Amino acid sequence: MTFLDDFIVRAALAGVGVALAAAPLGCFVVWRRMAYFGDATAHAAILGVAVALALSVSVFAGALAMALVMALTVSALTGRGFAMDTLLGVLAHSALAFGLVAVSFLPGVRVDLMAYLFGDILAVSRGDLAVIWGGAAVVTGLVAWRWSALLTATLNPDLAAASGIDPRREQLVLTLALATVVAVAIKVVGVLLIAALLIVPAAAARTFAGTPERMAVAAAILGALSALGGLAAAWHLDTPAGPTIVCVAALLFGAAMAADLLRRGVRA
Amino acid sequence: MTLLTIRGLHVKLGGRTVLDGVDLDLAPGEIVTIVGPNGSGKSTLLRAIIGALAPSSGRIDRKGGLRIGYVPQRLHIDPTLPMSVSRFLSLPRRVDPGTAEAALARAGAAGLGPRQMTDLSGGQFQRVLLARALIGTPELLILDEATQGLDQPGSAAFYRLIAALRAEIGCAVLMVSHELHVVMAASDRVICLNGHICCDGTPEVVAQAAEYRALFGTGTEGALALYRHDHDHRHDHDHPHRHEAAE
Repeated sequence: MTFLDDFIVRAALAGVGVALAAAPLGCFVVWRRMAYFGDATAHAAILGVAVALALSVSVFAGALAMALVMALTVSALTGRGFAMDTLLGVLAHSALAFGLVAVSFLPGVRVDLMAYLFGDILAVSRGDLAVIWGGAAVVTGLVAWRWSALLTATLNPDLAAASGIDPRREQLVLTLALATVVAVAIKVVGVLLIAALLIVPAAAARTFAGTPERMAVAAAILGALSALGGLAAAWHLDTPAGPTIVCVAALLFGAAMAADLLRRGVRA
Repeated sequence: MTLLTIRGLHVKLGGRTVLDGVDLDLAPGEIVTIVGPNGSGKSTLLRAIIGALAPSSGRIDRKGGLRIGYVPQRLHIDPTLPMSVSRFLSLPRRVDPGTAEAALARAGAAGLGPRQMTDLSGGQFQRVLLARALIGTPELLILDEATQGLDQPGSAAFYRLIAALRAEIGCAVLMVSHELHVVMAASDRVICLNGHICCDGTPEVVAQAAEYRALFGTGTEGALALYRHDHDHRHDHDHPHRHEAAE
């Protein structure tokens, strides 16, 4: 597989892999209004990065573990009468701040910090690629397998329970998938912009989808286009790749909204 | 043979006892309505029966393989979630288009399949929820304030539909309602709930009960009057199935 020798090919594959896994999951994040939940999980990952570097274990494993801890904590607190909005804001930003402080204690890592905050997609190795596609496959498989149950539980937990589905179990599936996507996406867009990769393509897809399935497929296509378009733009404009990918996704969202408004205007 | 047997059901929500010592039996084909003041545990009882809440003590025994159709109190569909009526009917298990259309027709919602759930009127929405509950031919239909948001003719029509469905498919119906007068007319049995079962019996018996009068006070006379009024006109069960102007 000599084509993998080219760093831009590896970057493109990494971007597309993350985008494909993030899109269907992003739809659930949008439908369940979990945007802040995604942020908190992603921001906790930087703390995981610091721990992993300190213990000299894989950054992926550290980020995955910390994201999982945060996601499970937030899940457990949900629906217990806390002001979730405030609590998530506290958790998300505290996790980020503690992560940044923790990283500063590690000698020699300070220069690499940008790579974890904003991604370093052009430095994706073959090993990274294997982790990204492996994680993406696990997440996509999990979401596809639980699709109907997840959708029913998202619609209404009681409706799900009456059909023999445990809504808490489905919430746990989503939480696991979210932590995995966060861990594999760090290299691509960094912890600060992972939530954007989840939400923006899904939000853009909403404007022209009539069923949940079509929205998920459209989000995957838009996500992949953003990854490829963002890489191309970063190449030509000499801009940081991760943020450029999110910019392209945002532009696609803008175009989708404009097209939708135009269509409504014509109909009215 | 009973569909459902509840003994000594005790449910706590957030440390507060909501249901205490509830016993209930449900026979096939009967329409049972639960009435009670706000916070009396009506929805909690239904949610415990469908398995959404775990009892802290007591038993809920269902007949083996009991098929339950559930219509929730309210269903909020997030505007970001595209959901056509036919897709909704296939949750969580896919049904073929013929079955879906038949369920819609039965619930008085024929032809709504391609519409988006968020575009439906209140009456249409309730009928689609009912259609989904009818898929799989339930032996027990559970409705939690299914007529919330409907006007009075609309909810009266909805209860007539429930009665017609019971006659057609022979399912038992367990429902919660605030609309005492309509409920009194449409039920075989009324259960008056206030954390525990205060009284239980035919509508006329319950309406006369001191416990019921203590709970519903002045409203009782009106409800009873309306009940008797309706009762005079409501024994011809073969009135045509109408698509009234509830939508």
